[in-house]
Amino acid sequence: MDKNMKLPFAIKRKLLQIIAFGCSNSHLLNFKGGKLYTGKWKQFCNPGLNCYSCPAAGFACPIGALQAVNGSRQFSFSFYVTGLLLAFGVLLGRAVCGWLCPFGLLQELIHKIPSPKRKLKKGFLYLKYVVLVVFVLILPVAVTDYMGMGKPAFCQYICPAGTLEGGLSLLLAHESLRKAVGGLFSLKMTILVLTLLGCVFFYRFFCRTLCPLGAIYGLFNKVSIFHLEVDSHKCVGCGNCKKTCGMEVDPVKTPDSAECIRCGACADTCPTGAIHLGFSAKCSKTLPL
Amino acid sequence: MKSKIRIAGLFTACAFIIYGFTRGEALVVLNKAVNICLECIGLG
Ligand code: SF4
Ligand code: SF4
Repeated sequence: MDKNMKLPFAIKRKLLQIIAFGCSNSHLLNFKGGKLYTGKWKQFCNPGLNCYSCPAAGFACPIGALQAVNGSRQFSFSFYVTGLLLAFGVLLGRAVCGWLCPFGLLQELIHKIPSPKRKLKKGFLYLKYVVLVVFVLILPVAVTDYMGMGKPAFCQYICPAGTLEGGLSLLLAHESLRKAVGGLFSLKMTILVLTLLGCVFFYRFFCRTLCPLGAIYGLFNKVSIFHLEVDSHKCVGCGNCKKTCGMEVDPVKTPDSAECIRCGACADTCPTGAIHLGFSAKCSKTLPL
Repeated sequence: MKSKIRIAGLFTACAFIIYGFTRGEALVVLNKAVNICLECIGLG
Protein backbone atom coordinates (compact mmCIF):
# COMPACT_ATOMS: atom_id res chain seq x y z
CA MET A 1 0.00 0.00 0.00
CA ASP A 2 1.17 3.56 -0.74
CA LYS A 3 2.67 5.06 2.45
CA ASN A 4 0.33 8.07 2.24
CA MET A 5 -2.68 5.78 2.00
CA LYS A 6 -1.91 3.94 5.25
CA LEU A 7 -4.86 3.73 7.63
CA PRO A 8 -4.37 5.91 10.72
CA PHE A 9 -3.77 4.03 13.97
CA ALA A 10 -7.00 5.50 15.34
CA ILE A 11 -9.06 3.52 12.79
CA LYS A 12 -6.99 0.34 12.84
CA ARG A 13 -7.10 0.32 16.62
CA LYS A 14 -10.83 0.93 16.91
CA LEU A 15 -11.49 -1.93 14.46
CA LEU A 16 -9.29 -4.32 16.40
CA GLN A 17 -10.79 -3.21 19.73
CA ILE A 18 -14.28 -3.99 18.43
CA ILE A 19 -13.19 -7.37 17.05
CA ALA A 20 -11.44 -8.22 20.36
CA PHE A 21 -14.53 -7.14 22.32
CA GLY A 22 -16.70 -9.41 20.15
CA CYS A 23 -14.33 -12.39 20.39
CA SER A 24 -14.09 -12.05 24.18
CA ASN A 25 -17.87 -11.75 24.55
CA SER A 26 -19.39 -13.86 21.80
CA HIS A 27 -22.08 -15.69 23.83
CA LEU A 28 -24.63 -12.89 23.79
CA LEU A 29 -27.66 -15.22 23.95
CA ASN A 30 -26.62 -16.26 27.47
CA PHE A 31 -27.76 -12.86 28.76
CA LYS A 32 -31.36 -13.99 28.24
CA GLY A 33 -31.33 -16.78 30.81
CA GLY A 34 -28.50 -15.38 32.94
CA LYS A 35 -26.33 -18.44 32.16
CA LEU A 36 -22.57 -18.68 31.72
CA TYR A 37 -20.75 -20.27 28.78
CA THR A 38 -19.34 -23.54 30.13
CA GLY A 39 -17.24 -24.84 27.23
CA LYS A 40 -13.57 -25.85 27.20
CA TRP A 41 -12.36 -22.48 25.83
CA LYS A 42 -12.84 -21.05 29.29
CA GLN A 43 -9.65 -22.72 30.50
CA PHE A 44 -7.77 -20.19 28.34
CA CYS A 45 -7.29 -16.59 29.42
CA ASN A 46 -8.23 -13.48 27.56
CA PRO A 47 -5.25 -11.10 27.21
CA GLY A 48 -7.34 -8.17 28.56
CA LEU A 49 -9.61 -7.74 31.58
CA ASN A 50 -12.99 -9.40 30.98
CA CYS A 51 -14.99 -10.95 33.80
CA TYR A 52 -15.58 -14.70 33.38
CA SER A 53 -18.85 -14.37 35.26
CA CYS A 54 -20.21 -12.27 32.40
CA PRO A 55 -22.79 -14.43 30.55
CA ALA A 56 -21.26 -13.50 27.18
CA ALA A 57 -17.64 -14.25 28.14
CA GLY A 58 -15.93 -16.99 26.15
CA PHE A 59 -12.60 -17.02 28.01
CA ALA A 60 -11.29 -16.67 31.55
CA CYS A 61 -10.15 -13.35 33.00
CA PRO A 62 -6.36 -13.50 33.59
CA ILE A 63 -6.53 -11.63 36.91
CA GLY A 64 -9.41 -13.80 38.16
CA ALA A 65 -7.60 -16.94 36.97
CA LEU A 66 -4.34 -15.94 38.68
CA GLN A 67 -6.12 -15.43 42.01
CA ALA A 68 -8.15 -18.63 41.58
CA VAL A 69 -5.09 -20.85 41.08
CA ASN A 70 -2.87 -19.07 43.63
CA GLY A 71 -5.66 -19.31 46.21
CA SER A 72 -6.64 -22.91 45.42
CA ARG A 73 -6.04 -25.85 47.70
CA GLN A 74 -3.79 -27.69 45.22
CA PHE A 75 -1.49 -24.84 44.15
CA SER A 76 -0.02 -21.70 45.65
CA PHE A 77 1.56 -20.33 42.47
CA SER A 78 0.15 -20.41 38.97
CA PHE A 79 2.82 -21.21 36.38
CA TYR A 80 0.09 -21.43 33.73
CA VAL A 81 -1.40 -17.94 34.17
CA THR A 82 1.99 -16.34 34.93
CA GLY A 83 3.32 -17.90 31.71
CA LEU A 84 0.40 -16.53 29.70
CA LEU A 85 0.88 -13.04 31.17
CA LEU A 86 4.61 -13.25 30.48
CA ALA A 87 3.97 -14.24 26.85
CA PHE A 88 1.38 -11.48 26.27
CA GLY A 89 3.68 -8.99 28.03
CA VAL A 90 6.83 -9.82 26.05
CA LEU A 91 4.95 -9.87 22.74
CA LEU A 92 2.72 -6.82 23.21
CA GLY A 93 3.39 -5.00 26.49
CA ARG A 94 0.63 -2.50 27.19
CA ALA A 95 -0.58 -2.70 23.60
CA VAL A 96 -2.92 -5.32 25.12
CA CYS A 97 -4.59 -2.45 27.03
CA GLY A 98 -4.73 -0.19 23.99
CA TRP A 99 -5.79 -2.68 21.34
CA LEU A 100 -7.33 -5.78 22.93
CA CYS A 101 -8.89 -5.04 26.32
CA PRO A 102 -12.72 -4.97 26.32
CA PHE A 103 -12.89 -2.87 29.50
CA GLY A 104 -10.42 -0.42 27.93
CA LEU A 105 -12.74 0.10 24.96
CA LEU A 106 -15.66 0.66 27.32
CA GLN A 107 -13.72 3.33 29.22
CA GLU A 108 -12.82 5.13 26.00
CA LEU A 109 -16.47 5.21 24.92
CA ILE A 110 -17.52 6.61 28.32
CA HIS A 111 -14.83 9.28 28.03
CA LYS A 112 -16.59 10.54 24.88
CA ILE A 113 -19.47 11.85 27.03
CA PRO A 114 -19.16 15.65 26.74
CA SER A 115 -17.63 17.10 29.94
CA PRO A 116 -14.57 19.07 31.04
CA LYS A 117 -11.56 16.74 30.66
CA ARG A 118 -9.02 16.67 33.48
CA LYS A 119 -5.38 15.66 33.96
CA LEU A 120 -4.59 12.98 36.53
CA LYS A 121 -2.22 13.69 39.46
CA LYS A 122 0.87 11.50 39.06
CA GLY A 123 0.51 9.92 42.52
CA PHE A 124 -2.68 8.10 41.47
CA LEU A 125 -0.68 6.12 38.88
CA TYR A 126 1.08 4.17 41.64
CA LEU A 127 -2.16 2.95 43.19
CA LYS A 128 -2.50 0.14 40.65
CA TYR A 129 0.80 -1.39 41.81
CA VAL A 130 -0.49 -1.45 45.40
CA VAL A 131 -3.71 -3.10 44.15
CA LEU A 132 -1.67 -5.69 42.24
CA VAL A 133 0.59 -6.60 45.15
CA VAL A 134 -1.96 -6.48 47.99
CA PHE A 135 -5.24 -7.64 46.42
CA VAL A 136 -4.05 -9.93 43.60
CA LEU A 137 -0.79 -11.43 44.88
CA ILE A 138 -0.86 -11.36 48.71
CA LEU A 139 -4.43 -11.60 50.04
CA PRO A 140 -5.65 -14.60 47.96
CA VAL A 141 -2.68 -16.65 49.26
CA ALA A 142 -2.34 -15.25 52.78
CA VAL A 143 -5.99 -15.21 53.90
CA THR A 144 -7.39 -18.73 53.67
CA ASP A 145 -10.36 -20.60 55.15
CA TYR A 146 -10.25 -23.83 57.19
CA MET A 147 -9.90 -25.81 53.93
CA GLY A 148 -6.86 -23.82 52.88
CA MET A 149 -8.65 -21.91 50.15
CA GLY A 150 -8.15 -18.19 49.55
CA LYS A 151 -10.61 -15.75 48.01
CA PRO A 152 -9.95 -13.57 44.96
CA ALA A 153 -9.65 -10.30 46.91
CA PHE A 154 -9.41 -8.02 43.86
CA CYS A 155 -12.63 -9.50 42.41
CA GLN A 156 -14.31 -9.47 45.81
CA TYR A 157 -13.58 -5.90 46.91
CA ILE A 158 -12.64 -3.88 43.83
CA CYS A 159 -13.16 -5.13 40.27
CA PRO A 160 -15.73 -2.82 38.61
CA ALA A 161 -15.63 -4.97 35.45
CA GLY A 162 -17.00 -7.91 37.45
CA THR A 163 -19.74 -5.78 39.01
CA LEU A 164 -20.78 -4.38 35.64
CA GLU A 165 -20.37 -7.37 33.32
CA GLY A 166 -21.15 -10.21 35.73
CA GLY A 167 -22.93 -8.70 38.73
CA LEU A 168 -25.55 -6.50 37.13
CA SER A 169 -26.43 -8.87 34.30
CA LEU A 170 -26.77 -11.92 36.57
CA LEU A 171 -28.69 -10.02 39.24
CA LEU A 172 -31.15 -8.82 36.61
CA ALA A 173 -31.72 -12.41 35.50
CA HIS A 174 -31.91 -14.19 38.89
CA GLU A 175 -34.23 -13.22 41.72
CA SER A 176 -32.40 -15.57 44.11
CA LEU A 177 -29.18 -13.60 43.59
CA ARG A 178 -30.99 -10.28 44.06
CA LYS A 179 -32.17 -11.51 47.47
CA ALA A 180 -28.54 -12.11 48.52
CA VAL A 181 -27.42 -8.52 47.88
CA GLY A 182 -25.71 -6.95 50.90
CA GLY A 183 -22.98 -4.56 52.05
CA LEU A 184 -20.29 -6.05 49.80
CA PHE A 185 -22.41 -5.42 46.73
CA SER A 186 -22.98 -1.81 47.84
CA LEU A 187 -19.21 -1.35 48.18
CA LYS A 188 -18.62 -2.76 44.71
CA MET A 189 -21.42 -0.69 43.19
CA THR A 190 -19.91 2.44 44.76
CA ILE A 191 -16.52 1.59 43.21
CA LEU A 192 -18.21 0.92 39.86
CA VAL A 193 -20.08 4.25 39.86
CA LEU A 194 -16.95 6.18 40.93
CA THR A 195 -14.93 4.41 38.23
CA LEU A 196 -17.46 5.20 35.51
CA LEU A 197 -17.66 8.83 36.66
CA GLY A 198 -13.86 8.99 36.74
CA CYS A 199 -13.76 7.72 33.14
CA VAL A 200 -16.01 10.58 32.03
CA PHE A 201 -13.51 13.18 33.25
CA PHE A 202 -10.18 11.33 33.00
CA TYR A 203 -9.02 9.30 29.99
CA ARG A 204 -8.93 5.56 30.96
CA PHE A 205 -9.31 6.36 34.65
CA PHE A 206 -9.48 2.70 35.74
CA CYS A 207 -6.51 1.58 33.58
CA ARG A 208 -4.31 4.27 35.04
CA THR A 209 -5.29 4.12 38.70
CA LEU A 210 -6.57 0.66 39.63
CA CYS A 211 -6.03 -1.99 36.96
CA PRO A 212 -3.58 -4.69 38.12
CA LEU A 213 -3.35 -6.05 34.58
CA GLY A 214 -2.26 -2.64 33.29
CA ALA A 215 0.33 -2.58 36.10
CA ILE A 216 1.70 -5.96 34.95
CA TYR A 217 1.80 -5.20 31.21
CA GLY A 218 3.30 -1.73 31.85
CA LEU A 219 6.38 -3.42 33.34
CA PHE A 220 6.99 -5.09 29.96
CA ASN A 221 6.91 -1.88 27.87
CA LYS A 222 10.71 -1.59 28.12
CA VAL A 223 11.27 -4.94 26.42
CA SER A 224 8.08 -5.79 24.53
CA ILE A 225 8.46 -6.75 20.86
CA PHE A 226 5.59 -4.42 19.86
CA HIS A 227 7.17 -1.07 20.69
CA LEU A 228 7.35 2.65 19.94
CA GLU A 229 10.34 4.50 18.46
CA VAL A 230 10.92 8.18 17.81
CA ASP A 231 13.29 8.90 14.91
CA SER A 232 15.84 11.48 16.04
CA HIS A 233 16.50 12.53 12.42
CA LYS A 234 12.84 13.38 11.82
CA CYS A 235 11.63 14.84 15.15
CA VAL A 236 11.48 18.66 15.10
CA GLY A 237 10.48 18.98 18.76
CA CYS A 238 7.02 20.49 18.12
CA GLY A 239 5.47 18.71 21.14
CA ASN A 240 2.27 17.68 19.30
CA CYS A 241 2.70 14.07 20.44
CA LYS A 242 2.80 14.97 24.13
CA LYS A 243 -0.24 17.24 23.78
CA THR A 244 -2.25 14.53 22.01
CA CYS A 245 -1.48 11.67 24.39
CA GLY A 246 -4.49 10.77 26.51
CA MET A 247 -2.26 8.80 28.89
CA GLU A 248 -0.17 11.96 29.48
CA VAL A 249 3.05 10.39 28.20
CA ASP A 250 5.79 12.30 26.36
CA PRO A 251 6.94 9.68 23.83
CA VAL A 252 10.01 11.74 22.90
CA LYS A 253 11.31 11.57 26.46
CA THR A 254 9.90 8.21 27.62
CA PRO A 255 8.93 6.03 24.64
CA ASP A 256 8.89 2.98 26.93
CA SER A 257 6.78 4.57 29.68
CA ALA A 258 4.74 2.03 31.65
CA GLU A 259 1.70 4.24 31.01
CA CYS A 260 1.92 4.10 27.19
CA ILE A 261 -0.82 1.86 25.82
CA ARG A 262 0.68 1.98 22.30
CA CYS A 263 -2.48 3.56 20.92
CA GLY A 264 -0.66 5.40 18.13
CA ALA A 265 -2.44 8.73 18.61
CA CYS A 266 0.98 10.42 18.81
CA ALA A 267 2.13 8.75 15.58
CA ASP A 268 -1.06 9.90 13.82
CA THR A 269 -0.51 13.49 14.91
CA CYS A 270 3.25 13.78 14.32
CA PRO A 271 3.75 16.20 11.38
CA THR A 272 7.04 14.64 10.28
CA GLY A 273 6.18 10.95 10.70
CA ALA A 274 8.89 10.59 13.33
CA ILE A 275 7.00 8.11 15.50
CA HIS A 276 7.04 4.46 14.55
CA LEU A 277 4.89 1.86 16.26
CA GLY A 278 5.20 -1.82 15.45
CA PHE A 279 6.98 -5.14 15.88
CA SER A 280 10.11 -4.29 13.87
CA ALA A 281 12.83 -1.69 14.52
CA LYS A 282 12.57 1.05 11.86
CA CYS A 283 14.78 3.96 12.96
CA SER A 284 18.59 4.01 12.84
CA LYS A 285 18.78 6.56 15.69
CA THR A 286 16.03 6.96 18.26
CA LEU A 287 15.07 9.47 20.95
CA PRO A 288 15.87 10.05 23.78
CA LEU A 289 19.53 10.29 22.71
CA MET B 1 20.43 -7.10 25.06
CA LYS B 2 16.71 -6.49 24.56
CA SER B 3 16.40 -9.35 22.11
CA LYS B 4 18.07 -11.72 24.60
CA ILE B 5 15.56 -10.68 27.29
CA ARG B 6 12.70 -11.20 24.83
CA ILE B 7 13.88 -14.68 23.87
CA ALA B 8 14.44 -15.64 27.51
CA GLY B 9 11.00 -14.23 28.41
CA LEU B 10 9.20 -16.15 25.67
CA PHE B 11 11.10 -19.34 26.46
CA THR B 12 10.22 -19.05 30.16
CA ALA B 13 6.60 -18.25 29.28
CA CYS B 14 6.31 -21.42 27.14
CA ALA B 15 7.92 -23.55 29.85
CA PHE B 16 5.59 -22.10 32.53
CA ILE B 17 2.47 -22.58 30.39
CA ILE B 18 3.32 -26.20 29.54
CA TYR B 19 4.29 -27.07 33.13
CA GLY B 20 1.22 -25.36 34.61
CA PHE B 21 -1.10 -26.93 32.06
CA THR B 22 0.23 -30.45 32.57
CA ARG B 23 -0.05 -30.27 36.36
CA GLY B 24 -3.75 -29.37 36.06
CA GLU B 25 -3.88 -25.61 36.65
CA ALA B 26 -6.03 -25.05 33.55
CA LEU B 27 -8.71 -27.28 35.12
CA VAL B 28 -8.77 -25.05 38.21
CA VAL B 29 -9.21 -22.05 35.89
CA LEU B 30 -11.94 -23.83 33.93
CA ASN B 31 -13.78 -24.87 37.08
CA LYS B 32 -13.72 -21.30 38.40
CA ALA B 33 -14.71 -19.75 35.07
CA VAL B 34 -17.72 -21.94 34.25
CA ASN B 35 -19.43 -21.37 37.61
CA ILE B 36 -20.87 -18.06 38.78
CA CYS B 37 -18.17 -16.45 40.90
CA LEU B 38 -19.91 -14.84 43.90
CA GLU B 39 -16.87 -12.65 44.60
CA CYS B 40 -16.86 -11.26 41.05
CA ILE B 41 -20.51 -10.29 41.16
CA GLY B 42 -20.26 -8.74 44.62
CA LEU B 43 -22.07 -11.36 46.72
CA GLY B 44 -19.22 -13.48 48.06
S1 SF4 C 1 2.68 7.89 23.90
FE1 SF4 C 1 1.57 7.69 21.94
S2 SF4 C 1 1.11 5.50 21.75
FE2 SF4 C 1 1.65 5.91 23.91
S3 SF4 C 1 -0.32 6.25 24.92
FE3 SF4 C 1 0.50 8.28 24.33
S4 SF4 C 1 -0.41 8.69 22.31
FE4 SF4 C 1 -0.68 6.50 22.72
S1 SF4 D 1 4.96 15.26 17.20
FE1 SF4 D 1 6.65 14.33 16.09
S2 SF4 D 1 8.01 16.02 15.56
FE2 SF4 D 1 6.63 16.77 17.15
S3 SF4 D 1 7.79 16.41 19.07
FE3 SF4 D 1 6.47 14.61 18.76
S4 SF4 D 1 7.80 13.16 17.66
FE4 SF4 D 1 8.77 15.19 17.50
